[in-house]
Formats: sequence, C-alpha cells, structure tokens
Amino acid sequence: MDVRVQDVEFDLGAELNRFAARQTGMGAVVSFTGIVRDLAEGLDVMQIEHYPGMTEKALTKIAQEAKTRWSLGDALVIHRHGALRADDLIMMVATSAPHRVDAFAAAEFLMDYLKSRAPFWKKEVTGSGEDWVAAKDEDEDALTRWD
Amino acid sequence: MDVLYFAWVRERIGQPKDIVDTGAATVRELVEELRAREPRYEAAFADLDALRVAVDQELADFDTPLSGVREVAFFPPMTGG
Repeated sequence: MDVRVQDVEFDLGAELNRFAARQTGMGAVVSFTGIVRDLAEGLDVMQIEHYPGMTEKALTKIAQEAKTRWSLGDALVIHRHGALRADDLIMMVATSAPHRVDAFAAAEFLMDYLKSRAPFWKKEVTGSGEDWVAAKDEDEDALTRWD
Repeated sequence: MDVLYFAWVRERIGQPKDIVDTGAATVRELVEELRAREPRYEAAFADLDALRVAVDQELADFDTPLSGVREVAFFPPMTGG
C-alpha cells in the first residue's frame, strides 16, 4: 500500500506502469485520475490545503479499510497540495485485485471516502476573487452506500 | 494543547495555530472558551454545523473528551479528490 501527499507533479503513466508491474498474480488493475476543472470560469489557481500528518494517516486508514472489505492485492493513492492550474492532475488512485469487480469497487470506495474524510480543502482563485469550494451533499451521501 | 485551524477557519481567525492552556473537558467546552476570546474566534465558530473537528489527528465530534489530548484541529467539511 502506497500513500503519497506531495506538492510536485506526478507522471500518471509512469506511476500506473510501476504499480501494475508490481502486481504479480493479480488479474485486474483499476485506476482513477482527478484533474483540475475550470468550474469558476477564469480559474487562475486551485489552491489545495491539507493537514500534514493527519492526511497521510486518514488515507492509510481508508486504504486499509478497503483491503479488509475486498480481496485486493494493493492500493496506491497520490494526492497533490499547493497551487494547481486547470488541467493539472490533482490525484490518482489505483487498485489491484484477482478480479475486476473487487478492483473497481475498492477504487470507488477509496474515492468516496477520500472526497469527504481526508483533510483536503480546495480554494478557487480567479480574477474576481477567491472562494473555498463547498463540500457537496451528494459526496457525503455517497458514503452511505458503504455502510 | 495545540489548536490548529484550516481553510476558511484559519483565515477567519487570522492564524494557523494557537497553543492553549485549558481545563475544558470536551471539544465543545474548548470552543466556548475560544469564542469568548475575540470577535474573530466568535466569527469562526459561529456555526458549528459548518465545522468538523479532529482530535489527535482522528476525526471526532464536539462531545469528545479532551483528557490527555495533545492536538485539536478545526476545519470546514473536507473537499478532497
């Protein structure tokens, strides 16, 4: 299990290749990539703040929980912080499992928990000011399907 | 204990951290002590429904006891991913 919180860019292809190459005996690798969208229309910067120390703990706990729920080989989570721009990669999740059903489910579970339970906050900075992105009710609701 | 603030909570209070000497038994009592300090704290803690809390880096609630706790953090609902 590999959890990384970093301000520098990452190479999606290289990370996914490296992850997949380690998964001996696994029949499936699933990955998700989060990309900065210009929802504010005129986005200069998406500033991502996090809680150093707690972030890594929360992500590790979420990944460990995924491993207890599904037959998983491994999981990778990379999440960036700092100043990002439209079309930059924010984060990626990858899972491996003997079968695709488990790999897909675990990746969705990781994403649902990461959105609402990992201590990250986004602020959109545009020419007309700056605003913290509000949490969405549907992201919180998405967690109930895993109860 | 260390009291940390993130995102707009940090901005309203104007600093990322306080070191607090408190006898508060719970997070809620700590919040009441902080609110009584200055208007900027009152503004940050005006609506507890809009806030989340972590105690020693684990998500908690406002009734969590503070005995033996070293770090409390306040922040808005998280928006990762």
